[in-house]
Amino acid sequence: MAKTIKSYFEELRSTRVWRSVFRSGTGSSTLHRALAVQQNVFLHLFSTKVRTRMLSLSATWYLGTMTFGTFLILVGTGIPLMFYYHPSVPQAYADTKDLQFVVSSGLFLRNLHRWSAHAMVFLVFAHMFKVFYRGAYRPPREFNWVIGVILLLVTLLLSYTGYLLPWDQLAFWAITVGSNIASAVPVLGSKVHFLMLGGNMVNANALLRFYVLHCMILPLVAMLFIAVHFWRIRKDGGLYAPQSESRTVTAEAVPAGAKGAQ
Amino acid sequence: MPEEKQIVPEEPGNEFNRRAFFVKLGLGSLSIAAAGTLTFAYQFLSPNVLYEPSPIVNAGRPEGYAVNSVTLDVHSGIYLIHAQEGFFALSAVCTHLGCLTAWKPELGIIACPCHGSKFKRDGEKIEGPAPKPLPWLQTWVSVEGDLMVDRSANIRPMQFVRV
Repeated sequence: MAKTIKSYFEELRSTRVWRSVFRSGTGSSTLHRALAVQQNVFLHLFSTKVRTRMLSLSATWYLGTMTFGTFLILVGTGIPLMFYYHPSVPQAYADTKDLQFVVSSGLFLRNLHRWSAHAMVFLVFAHMFKVFYRGAYRPPREFNWVIGVILLLVTLLLSYTGYLLPWDQLAFWAITVGSNIASAVPVLGSKVHFLMLGGNMVNANALLRFYVLHCMILPLVAMLFIAVHFWRIRKDGGLYAPQSESRTVTAEAVPAGAKGAQ
Repeated sequence: MPEEKQIVPEEPGNEFNRRAFFVKLGLGSLSIAAAGTLTFAYQFLSPNVLYEPSPIVNAGRPEGYAVNSVTLDVHSGIYLIHAQEGFFALSAVCTHLGCLTAWKPELGIIACPCHGSKFKRDGEKIEGPAPKPLPWLQTWVSVEGDLMVDRSANIRPMQFVRV
């Protein structure tokens, strides 16, 4: 009897090891498919069921998904870049040059990191405008909008801290100007400036601080809030689906007491 | 038993029991620990020793500066100016957002490349966005006869050093 590839897969999925990893059971029933999502630590952030029309391009333009995609690219390219980059004054610029001209695929990784960073900022804003103009920020989703604003700020801070790392003239003066803007904060300004740079000028301490923020602290904060952001979509009733006009008219015609029936 | 009911009163004004005490104690300790952590974090992140260049700059012999010359020292960010009235030093750091300004000999002005602020030779602002004029820095002649400038000490304008 000839065995098909499908039958090999089914055999694999019925083994004890597979069943111990994926406990939702095999089968294509709605229950099993829902369990496969609900019992997975990563997928359980999302809804087990989605309206079909919310999967169409016109509903969301996939802007949030694409933003997350660029974030994954940035993590995936940023970690390899860290293997060749020393966050120190004598080496930072030379390492950046080495990544461009000496390291195999270094140019590709660095450019991919840079372009994805630009794309992420653009997509975050596009996502925000799309959510705003569709009215998807309204209750019960207002708290998820606030988390989105936090993620917007984290994205901008990631861009800003990454800007210093090549340690060229553009980086140095951009961070000089940016940190002086921070010192315009009333009362605390000069303290914020000093803490940010770890000194009075953009120097070795500032480079190291920005490196730690860029590679460790800010990505962790971003991941935490991204997880909450996704989970809140499910908790707030799934992706926002605007009611069609005819249904709105029907709802107006129904007396207030009978609204629960719909 | 009637005696136990007297021991545990249920009036709303008398709710301070063992659980409330421990909740308050726990939250209180956590708040103190949080305040301590914040203080530690602030102190830890503020460097006590800075490896930055000294604010006092030796600008060399006064004879090296011709009359009516403006000399920018890029590394220390100061102008040493030999005017008719004497020597003075200006900070070359723009008062807007900290960029290094440049002397434009053809126009006789100091200009900032970042956002276009313009200053006269004595630091006075010609046009914004800089909010303030370039500060005059304390300048003196050392025992060895060198011109010295303290970048951390601003002085009132028009105090010339005569050699």
